[in-house]
Amino acid sequence: MKTNVYDAVVIGGGAAGMACACEMDSSGLKVAIVEREETLGGILLQCIHNGFGLHRFKEELTGPEYAERYIEKVENTSLDVFLSTTVVNIANEGEGYCVTGYSGSEGVLLFKTEAVVLAMGCRERNRGNIGIPGTRPSGILTAGLAQRLINMDGLVPGRRIVIAGSGDIGLIMARRLTWTGCEVLGVVEILPYASGITRNIVQCLKDFDIPLYLSHIISRIEGKDRVESVQVTPLQDGKPDISGSFPLECDTILLSVGLIPENELSRKASVKINHETGGAYVDAHYMTSQKGIFACGNVLHVHDIVDFVSEESVTCGRYVHQYVKHSLLDAAQYNVTPGANVKYVIPNSFIREAGRKFYLRSLIVKNDAELKVMLGEQTIIKKKLRHVQPSEMISFVLDNEAFPASLPIGDRMALEVSIH
Amino acid sequence: MPESRNKFDLAIVGAGVTGASIARVLSAYKLRIAVLEKEADISFGVSKANSGIIHAGFHHKPSSLKAVLEVKGNAMFDGLQKELLFPFKRVGILVTAFSYEEMKAVEKLYDQGIENGVPGLEIVNRDRIIGMEPVLNRDVVGGLYAPTGGIIEPYRFVFALMESAVKNGVSLFRNFEVIKSRKHKTSYTIQAASGETIEARYVVNAAGLYADEVSRLFGAEEFEIIPRKGEEFILDRLAAAFPKHVLFPVPAEHSKGILVIPTVEGTMMIGPTANEIENKEDTATTRENLERVLSLARMMVPAISKMDIITSFAGNRPVLKDNDFYIEASGKAERLIQAAGIQSPGLTASPAIAEYVKGLLEKNGLSLVRREDYDPHITGPTPIRGSSPEEVDLLVGTDPAYGRVVCRCEEVSEKEIKEAINRGHTTLDGIKFYTRAGMGRCQGAFCTYKIIKLLIQELGILPEEITKRGGKSKVILRKL
Ligand SMILES: Cc1cc2nc3c(=O)[nH]c(=O)nc-3n(C[C@H](O)[C@H](O)[C@H](O)COP(=O)(O)OP(=O)(O)OC[C@H]3O[C@@H](n4cnc5c(N)ncnc54)[C@H](O)[C@@H]3O)c2cc1C
Ligand SMILES: Cc1cc2nc3c(=O)[nH]c(=O)nc-3n(C[C@H](O)[C@H](O)[C@H](O)COP(=O)(O)OP(=O)(O)OC[C@H]3O[C@@H](n4cnc5c(N)ncnc54)[C@H](O)[C@@H]3O)c2cc1C
Repeated sequence: MKTNVYDAVVIGGGAAGMACACEMDSSGLKVAIVEREETLGGILLQCIHNGFGLHRFKEELTGPEYAERYIEKVENTSLDVFLSTTVVNIANEGEGYCVTGYSGSEGVLLFKTEAVVLAMGCRERNRGNIGIPGTRPSGILTAGLAQRLINMDGLVPGRRIVIAGSGDIGLIMARRLTWTGCEVLGVVEILPYASGITRNIVQCLKDFDIPLYLSHIISRIEGKDRVESVQVTPLQDGKPDISGSFPLECDTILLSVGLIPENELSRKASVKINHETGGAYVDAHYMTSQKGIFACGNVLHVHDIVDFVSEESVTCGRYVHQYVKHSLLDAAQYNVTPGANVKYVIPNSFIREAGRKFYLRSLIVKNDAELKVMLGEQTIIKKKLRHVQPSEMISFVLDNEAFPASLPIGDRMALEVSIH
Repeated sequence: MPESRNKFDLAIVGAGVTGASIARVLSAYKLRIAVLEKEADISFGVSKANSGIIHAGFHHKPSSLKAVLEVKGNAMFDGLQKELLFPFKRVGILVTAFSYEEMKAVEKLYDQGIENGVPGLEIVNRDRIIGMEPVLNRDVVGGLYAPTGGIIEPYRFVFALMESAVKNGVSLFRNFEVIKSRKHKTSYTIQAASGETIEARYVVNAAGLYADEVSRLFGAEEFEIIPRKGEEFILDRLAAAFPKHVLFPVPAEHSKGILVIPTVEGTMMIGPTANEIENKEDTATTRENLERVLSLARMMVPAISKMDIITSFAGNRPVLKDNDFYIEASGKAERLIQAAGIQSPGLTASPAIAEYVKGLLEKNGLSLVRREDYDPHITGPTPIRGSSPEEVDLLVGTDPAYGRVVCRCEEVSEKEIKEAINRGHTTLDGIKFYTRAGMGRCQGAFCTYKIIKLLIQELGILPEEITKRGGKSKVILRKL
């Protein structure tokens, strides 16, 4: 077994891992990226549609193009990149960590490191997670797998397709499949509103006349060898109304029912996981409950826009650098708590320092909403939001204006973020 | 001994745990044996969809054949595991009582178990049972402990049995659905749906749910197999409710009730239901049964969460009217042995069923001469899951494919996938059952495309030829 020594090891070479690693490299740390696949880029590589980079590069790139910008950046650094290497364990060794990776060409690799960055991305929820009853034939797959098969391997998994769930990947696949000559019979969504972003509803469904069945469920899958049909049932007051059921004859069901951060490795390393996000609890420096282990990107909370992933990961990289150099701001941290209509806020703690950015998700759909941030009894930010919905991430910055130095912070004071 | 390629001394119809066990036991003798299986792979019938428990043997009346073979079969698993290296652990069984009436039922089970010859049975009080099983509902009042109860990966057991049988000369015919037979003086001609025929002097009917139809095809007894469906739900390996033992409630009349089962590979399972149904192929799961199983399982283990469910399945028990196994020489068709009605505890009893069938064959004139070159051992790829990094490093030295992780959830290497394919498991389900790739929390969302690539690469087939489990279960419909 070969042993390598680093200041920081980044697990995962997607958008998050690359941005974080580049930041650390530019500040002079000795850093490795360990990536399971044969190339860097992560999930971006299979997203051949447009719409990446609007915030960060002010232009509309495809996923692979966005990834390419960072891959080039990585190539121009002194980062060590370990491809085709799967991390299987993170062991706490008191003074740092030992990360274990498996590789076909190198055997088992050990990385001794002061800091670890979790950047493993997320996985898709599947049929079992949502419990669709019925038979278990061929032709049921997650939207991301279908995307991978079509866009990267040129393999088409179906002809007549029903999509369960209105997540973004499902919506994008509805359009992609229509373009390849498949018939998309409809998107079935349990909630009264779509869970993908509005742009995708318009550009991927409306423009192709693909029906969106809101407040409907797939109540049953039929077919022995291959999917033959599904029963679609409307919900009345949240309960299935069998009398309104109708069948859709199809050979394929794509599931686009949400993403779950991939935190099995983190759990093994005793990192505390937040049930609301499925990701780690992180403090004001993106450090998890385990000293020296940081997290960013989809493994921390599922993002809808890659630009925010990159931004968050650069921030995270900056703190890892400070951690390694023992220069992290050593001030008291206070809790950030989700208040009315808020699912979660990241990071989970704050520190008195200007310019700190927070990301949150709404629990409600509303036009002309208001974001309210309170410190103890005092409202420190009020911000108008034209439209909020759970699928679109919201952010705000605590600047000096909102958070004057004169503002007293009590010991047990928390920042409460709510939407009204 | 007959010379021709398709002439056999014995044909076993069905490659479930019953057929595979019989094939393996008889492969120790100088016989030409054919195993005929209609599906694309073995263990695709009842033997893939069950609770995977090696029962201790206290559930059935001493007068039943089930009880006798169950206790005997249970005792044979340690020896088999040494030879065949399948995943099996004697974790022990706890029957849990939640009232004093239920404690009475536990005492009855204890007495029945003692009469059946179950070793090591103990009645345990409340403190002891909670100490043994901390996830139990605190309302428990006591129970029965059976240390010989165990858990197994049923399909891996069947694969290992058949691999051993084939190693010792048995011919396995996959995709061979027996649809016709012609009786000759000393043999049968057996025809498959594909038109292929073989000839065999003796026949064992181990066709599971279809044993009634197969019996009819050979002009043997008329009986009816009633499918009794059991739905089960699998929970993630990180579920907080993970128990140490197999947990049973006090049994109902025709079923052992809803159980909470740690699987031998570290996930957990709740179920099975028990409903008689019409259609043998109906293995659909229902929302009502999910809710029912969940609420019953939670009565025993409150920490069970719906959020932890990663998948579900159902299997149908092949049940006869009298509810017992039917293992006899046919009174109507000569040289045919019936191994029918193999419902639960068929898995547990299978090693003993095989010995029993061997006895019946011998009694009916099949002469058994031991092979000098019989080798009871098989080897397989070492799973990297559960190996130490040092061990994996050595494995990668023997073959770099050991270092390429294909299935991240269950930690399966490319080497294991290739071995599965090269041992004839060429469907996605077959590979999954052999290696566990795709069985974990993501249910194949990440590794399926890699497995598709390996199938294309290893077999030189087209993507459109890949199936989930044979027949029309195609995975890829066309190329872009
Ligand atoms: C299908 C889809 C469509 C999207 N569409 C858009 C869009 O239109 N516009 C937009 O702006 N954003 C979009 N996004 C969002 C954005 O692209 C992603 O959120 C972002 O790319 C995630 O980056 P990441 O690095 O956190 O995760 P990933 O890209 O998933 O990277 C994680 C990496 O970690 C590796 N890894 C995981 N575990 C291990 C391990 N144990 N050892 C080694 N390596 C490991 C993985 O192989 C992977 O490369 C989309 C996201 C998805 C999933
Ligand atoms: C829900 C459930 C839970 C269970 N739990 C347990 C348990 O925990 N412990 C336990 O001991 N037992 C358990 N059992 C019982 C056990 O699974 C069965 O007894 C056992 O698997 C039966 O094996 P078999 O080989 O007889 O049948 P099968 O596995 O069904 O094998 C029969 C084979 O014959 C093939 N076949 C049928 N017709 C033809 C034909 N015409 N030509 C060629 N091939 C044919 C089929 O394809 C099949 O592969 C359970 C059963 C169920 C349904």
